[in-house]
Amino acid sequence: MNNTSLIDCMTTVIARDLRIALRRRADVMTSLIFFVIAVSLFPLGIGADPVLLRTLGPGVVWVAALLACMLALARLFASDHADGTLEQLVLSPQPLSMLVLAKTAAHWLTTGLPLVIIAPVLGLQFGLDSEALLILIASLLLGTPTLSLIGGIGAALTLGLPGGGALLALLVLPLYIPVLIFGAGAVEATAAALGATAHLSILGALLLGTIVFAPWATALALKIAIE
Amino acid sequence: MLSANDLECVRGERRLFSGLNFAMQPGTLLAVRGVNGSGKTSLLRMMCGLLTPAAGTLNWNDREIGKAGEEFRSNLLYLGHLNGLKDELNAAENLRLSLHIAGIAVDEAQAVAALDWSGLRERRHQPCGTLSQGQRRRVALARLKLSQSRPLWILDEPFTALDVASVERTRDLIVDHLAGGGMVALTTHQEVPITAPTTLPIELGA
Amino acid sequence: MSDIRWYKFSSPQTFYPLAGALAPWFGVAAALFAGYGLYISFFLAPTDFQQGEAYRIIFIHVPAAWMSMFLYLIMAGWAAIGLAWHTRLSSMMAVAIAPTGALMTFIALWTGALWGKPMWGAWWVWDARLTSELILLFLYLGFMFLHAAIDDPRRADRAAAVIAIVGAINVPIIYFSVKWWNTLHQGASVSLTRIPTMASTMLWGMLIMSIAFWLYAIAVVLIRVRCVILERERNADWVKQLGADA
Repeated sequence: MNNTSLIDCMTTVIARDLRIALRRRADVMTSLIFFVIAVSLFPLGIGADPVLLRTLGPGVVWVAALLACMLALARLFASDHADGTLEQLVLSPQPLSMLVLAKTAAHWLTTGLPLVIIAPVLGLQFGLDSEALLILIASLLLGTPTLSLIGGIGAALTLGLPGGGALLALLVLPLYIPVLIFGAGAVEATAAALGATAHLSILGALLLGTIVFAPWATALALKIAIE
Repeated sequence: MLSANDLECVRGERRLFSGLNFAMQPGTLLAVRGVNGSGKTSLLRMMCGLLTPAAGTLNWNDREIGKAGEEFRSNLLYLGHLNGLKDELNAAENLRLSLHIAGIAVDEAQAVAALDWSGLRERRHQPCGTLSQGQRRRVALARLKLSQSRPLWILDEPFTALDVASVERTRDLIVDHLAGGGMVALTTHQEVPITAPTTLPIELGA
Repeated sequence: MSDIRWYKFSSPQTFYPLAGALAPWFGVAAALFAGYGLYISFFLAPTDFQQGEAYRIIFIHVPAAWMSMFLYLIMAGWAAIGLAWHTRLSSMMAVAIAPTGALMTFIALWTGALWGKPMWGAWWVWDARLTSELILLFLYLGFMFLHAAIDDPRRADRAAAVIAIVGAINVPIIYFSVKWWNTLHQGASVSLTRIPTMASTMLWGMLIMSIAFWLYAIAVVLIRVRCVILERERNADWVKQLGADA
């Protein structure tokens, strides 16, 4: 019986969460379907004018992706908290922040990545051209992991609280604003032929900063939540 | 060794206990007793570092457990009153994953052997969500069988929901662990006689 | 060891009468400065040639906006100290500051809207500063609601501290991203804080009003922290003694 290393432990956590997600496919599908429905509602609400839709498209897809990410957050730690496996994670010899990073990665693979994959289809509904679609994918690919990481802090803080869902939205949505601005901005800038490099670089910088800081804050919040 | 100095526990507005002192050496059984709500679980959670004491300190080899962090946790096995099993995973998967996270690498054969010890060999491919309460507890207890290298065991109500044979088996394992120089802290409602080189009874809420 | 004990257990007790003694002085000083500041703003400061009389709302708006941002940072600072060193009084200070900070943010938004109507012809314009103030209000509300949602005050203090620190780190990022967004989307051309010719009386008025807001905030926070101390320590002997004496 050898001791396990940090990388070992992190891959175990990721593999465990992916396996559970695979056995609970309905959970994964709900946030994806929410995303599709929310985006499809907008043309019904604002009319089907192609020019208007093309202008609003990037923002609508991004706002819906952000809300879908937020809805999925409640599941990030809730079941681990309920069945006691969260205590095991906290008591692991490995640093909790790294295990949190692994959990968030698994969560993003099952909730964020599907959104990124389906987003171009929704972009087509809004008449975005192929270049804009490409940038949409790139911006979501850089932006949604940041959303999952920031959201983890809120999910940990509201763990086990009554009415946690609405509170989670209040805590997390203001923090999502920079990602939204640069994510939707990247697509809009491409549509206006301005180039999206600056936007994407900033999204990348936000992601790097969040990777460093968010798992630490989430780990702290988890320790507070299980006291 | 684990020592407690002047521990105090406050939950909400109530002071559950204060001025608690003890020292666990190799071979020590810390038997925590008390009525419901007297702070037994809180004390065990404090000893793991899950709960910050309102006052006082806990030291592992003369270092505060918070500071000893990784070193302390790699000497510890905690079995809470929740089993820590994922309903979606089967018994063997659960056992291997939870030990892996605790820092103990086990292969399939070892996991099967431990489940065999627990009497769950036949059910090892069944999702834990479909097992009975007692069977789930036995899956959780199978972790002990593979954690004998960990000197400190902290067990919250290990015998709950177990049948007579499982209680005996678990008790024998605990006795062996103590005889081999391990340390065990446990709470229990049942009268399960455990022979240990040293027994420290702690009565809470008295 | 005894130092920590002193911090942990007797600080609120010694601070309670001190806060009680200081609060009225700050209150009176705030009233005096506010009176003088309002006199300058309404009678001494000249009419602005571009914005007419409506600009006078800056004497309320600008100090409130400044205070809203300062108070958030101060609140996050106290909360962080409480989180790191388990000093209960610091966490209580953070809790006491939050409502005043939210009020200042609300005043800044309200006066911004009042000013926006004559200037822009609309109650709300997505101006970078106003938008940032709105987000700041959400951050305050998040702190207060999270604290209120958790029953155990110690846990509430620590959880709210985490969100306050995360918010404080995010405030500049949010501000700059909103500003970037605003310049791309052609924001308002007249800004509330960009007055072309700032007469020295205007500056004076703003300065005096800012001092008044500071003093008011200190007075109110001291009074509120006394309430928080009493509520949290209601089972402590010294509070019971206080009740018996009264």
